[in-house]
Amino acid sequence: MNLLHLPWLELAIGVSLLGALCVSRIRTPGLAARWGLAFTGTAFVCAFLAWLAFYQRVPTEALLHYSWQPYLFGRQVLAVDSLSAPLVPAVALLHFLTALATARTKMRRFSFSWSLASEALRLALFSTTEPWVLIGLLGLSTLPPLFELVNRGKPIRVYALHMGLFMVLLVAGWSLVQQGGHHTEQTAWAAVPLLAAVLVRCGTVPVHCWLTDWFENASFGNAVLFVAPLVGVYVAVRLVLPIAPDWVLQSIGVVSLATAVYAAGMAVIQREARRFFAYLFLSHSSLVLVGLELVGTRPSAASISLTGALCLWFSVTLSLGGFGLTLRALEARYGRLSLTGYHGLYEQSPTLALCFLLTGLASVGFPCTLGFVSTDILVDGAVQVNLLLGIAVVAAAALNGIAVVRAYFLLFTGARHSSTVSLRAGKRERVAVLTLAVLILGGGLFPQPGVNSRHEAAEKILQEREREHPHARPKTADAQLKGEEPHTPG
Amino acid sequence: MPELDQIMQWLGVVVVAAPALAAVLLGLAALVGRKPQEVTVTRALQAANATGLLAAVAVLAYMLIGGSRHVVVELGDWVLIPPHEYHFAVKFVFDRLSVPLTILSFVLGGTIGAFARSYLHREGGFNRFFALYALFMLGMVVTSLAGTIETLFAGWELVGLSSALLVAFFQERPGPARNGLRVWVVYRVADAAFLLAAVVMHNLLDSQGGDFDKLLGAGPVSWPEGHATVTAGQALIVGLLLLVAAAGKSGLVPFSGWLPRAMEGPTPSSAVFYGALSVHLGAYLLLRVSPLLALSEWLCGIIVALGLVTALFAYLAASVQTDIKSALSFASLSQVGVIVAEIGAVNLIGIPDLLYLPLIHLLGHACLRTLQFVRAPTLLQDYRTLENAIGDRLPRRGGPLDRLATLPVRTWLYRLALERGYLDALLADYVVTPFVRVLRWCDGLERRWTDFLSGQASRESDQVKPYTGRFEELS
Repeated sequence: MNLLHLPWLELAIGVSLLGALCVSRIRTPGLAARWGLAFTGTAFVCAFLAWLAFYQRVPTEALLHYSWQPYLFGRQVLAVDSLSAPLVPAVALLHFLTALATARTKMRRFSFSWSLASEALRLALFSTTEPWVLIGLLGLSTLPPLFELVNRGKPIRVYALHMGLFMVLLVAGWSLVQQGGHHTEQTAWAAVPLLAAVLVRCGTVPVHCWLTDWFENASFGNAVLFVAPLVGVYVAVRLVLPIAPDWVLQSIGVVSLATAVYAAGMAVIQREARRFFAYLFLSHSSLVLVGLELVGTRPSAASISLTGALCLWFSVTLSLGGFGLTLRALEARYGRLSLTGYHGLYEQSPTLALCFLLTGLASVGFPCTLGFVSTDILVDGAVQVNLLLGIAVVAAAALNGIAVVRAYFLLFTGARHSSTVSLRAGKRERVAVLTLAVLILGGGLFPQPGVNSRHEAAEKILQEREREHPHARPKTADAQLKGEEPHTPG
Repeated sequence: MPELDQIMQWLGVVVVAAPALAAVLLGLAALVGRKPQEVTVTRALQAANATGLLAAVAVLAYMLIGGSRHVVVELGDWVLIPPHEYHFAVKFVFDRLSVPLTILSFVLGGTIGAFARSYLHREGGFNRFFALYALFMLGMVVTSLAGTIETLFAGWELVGLSSALLVAFFQERPGPARNGLRVWVVYRVADAAFLLAAVVMHNLLDSQGGDFDKLLGAGPVSWPEGHATVTAGQALIVGLLLLVAAAGKSGLVPFSGWLPRAMEGPTPSSAVFYGALSVHLGAYLLLRVSPLLALSEWLCGIIVALGLVTALFAYLAASVQTDIKSALSFASLSQVGVIVAEIGAVNLIGIPDLLYLPLIHLLGHACLRTLQFVRAPTLLQDYRTLENAIGDRLPRRGGPLDRLATLPVRTWLYRLALERGYLDALLADYVVTPFVRVLRWCDGLERRWTDFLSGQASRESDQVKPYTGRFEELS
């Protein structure tokens, strides 16, 4: 038996669920943290092996041989494909690194059991393509944050209202799609509630306030984990993109572009670090959505813009995940961080300063980092459609860059403060942020494998869309001459 | 035995790899929290500079002896999306423009590195300075040798980041940090224009990528020859974007405000960045894309006008500065303005060979200004020595304005120069303040909306204040 033939994906989800149950029984914060770390670490290894199995082209039959899915569901419901293959281990890695970097002072506040439960739901969510299963998991995944807010005694109305609206729109939208069947016009209108659901979940203006409110009230670790994988974009790719007509995608694009620029501007003027991070995140998630919209605006640029969007998605997940962890480590030392004065933290925490700059600049597409090529491809796709669109995307990226460096100067420069205890990054925090730094720099210096993987996923998505919308993408010149379908690598 | 051409290829790689290795080593040391000794740091940088310089000189010698004026080092496709939908090639070109600037970068970089070793001895941020310095050197070499516009953009960004962080080098005071941010903001505007120009250029060339040889028609001939393959209208759009990028990087009007602010950094970095190398990058970019500029007379006219206005403004501002570094920075800017005007004028009259004039002007000016900057901290001592030697005060001579302008005009010009052309004030009042006000108003709206939805005050973050005491008191 080949090791990769084991059902690693199911194991990753199962380990997370088992971990959530076990850790919930432990009352000592330190012990819960150790067990939580062990379970998230094991889940990450399983998720990584699931990714490896996918890229080693292990046949589905071999995976199903040991799988419990046929016994439970009667069919295969959870599986990684070209889109989700790198996202699943990325999500597991973020959970593991968040658990690893949790400072002792925060162990009491950070719920490892809820984090593990959320991890299981997220891994399952990113592994399913079945619409109703996906919708069910999306509904379930909105609950742990709600419980966290209740447990922390924070106001829940803003979050609950938006997530309630999201679920109603999602269920209504997909029900209408199913009723529409093959009636293209009816399906097109059914895509509108789905579109609205995506916009709510991604935090698009004007339904974005839940996200800043969530960052105000949740623990920073869980807040980052809830948003960093860009679940809203996943919903858009799985549910909206295959069926939505061009005008729906263009609508997403217009509001997303406005959100990207607006949120980038808001990130520049924020007076507190969490809100700054929330807007930075909003701007980036909107930029990813802009890339999806370009599919509907100019079919000939569909492949390039979708590849750019998917690359940016992966880059944002890792870089903003790392950026969030760095901010969280700073908060663990200095409390909530104001951005109205200079804190002078560099001398106390030089490694964190460097990681802050590295992860922040990676998210805005600085050269030699993971985000550089993604941003370049996205801007390339945008300019192919319209120069003004390209200008807006570049403006958002420029503002985000200004926001990151402004925050760096405010947090790390200024008068030094004395401290009798070391406030440097601990070993575990250092491992966590350096792991992400290595991925960000490695992916930036050798981007081709990652871009290939995202291009393959983009082609698969476009093929699926072409089945619903045959005009969605013109054939390439060679293919037209030969009467072939567009080229698909892999 | 390898062919001579192959050896040149390897030497070309060494020119870029040497500063890259130094930047990686110093960057990694900082990332893992290691603090190498001062002597180790400076030796690593010296070795990288010497290796890069020797390799560049060897390539130059090969070009001179072999008669080749265009050596291309192709590192292949960094990213390629099949079937040629997106293409990012890494390519370096050694020609009559890039080789002089590369050699100048290594020479001045090495000189200033040696100067900084003593100047910053036992300074708290010694290693930080040299890590950023290595990043800057890498950025300069990549920018100078870039054979594609994307490669140039990557180097351009490295130069920008290292410059902004070095302006804020003395980070205990808020002033340098504030000025570092200002520099960064202007650079981001310039970078945004550059990125757009790069992508537009990329699209104009369809599948050929942003290759300068193809865009500027260099191919078999080399700089300053060449004929761009785009229309005059396309050249105007791309050229204007590149001009904004160049104006931001070189501090041309209206972006001149950042240049004196950049003097907050340590003298070695001021000398090599704002006196010698990075302030000339805008002019270098215009020289590199000269065949493109030559296609549009309007564009050339705008470049000449911008250069002359900048030169005039910088001359006036330099005349009234009261500290030597600011005076030198404006003096430097006035020469950069003249160089830019020369580039525009040469392209307007259409004699490519005359482009050597701005190139020689650039190289000479960079060397002179570096010397002046490193002598700046001892200016008073120099004056005293001179006055002791002649046994009297140094004579003070009036400028040409004393004779040409009436008193009210001189007073008006004096105020204009003292306020640095009101450029900072104009940008602050008409760009930054409205931008911040509108967004703060939106922020207020959002607060009211979330307060309404949650039925209570929703922003805990409003209570967060900057902490000024000892950290232990937090717990």
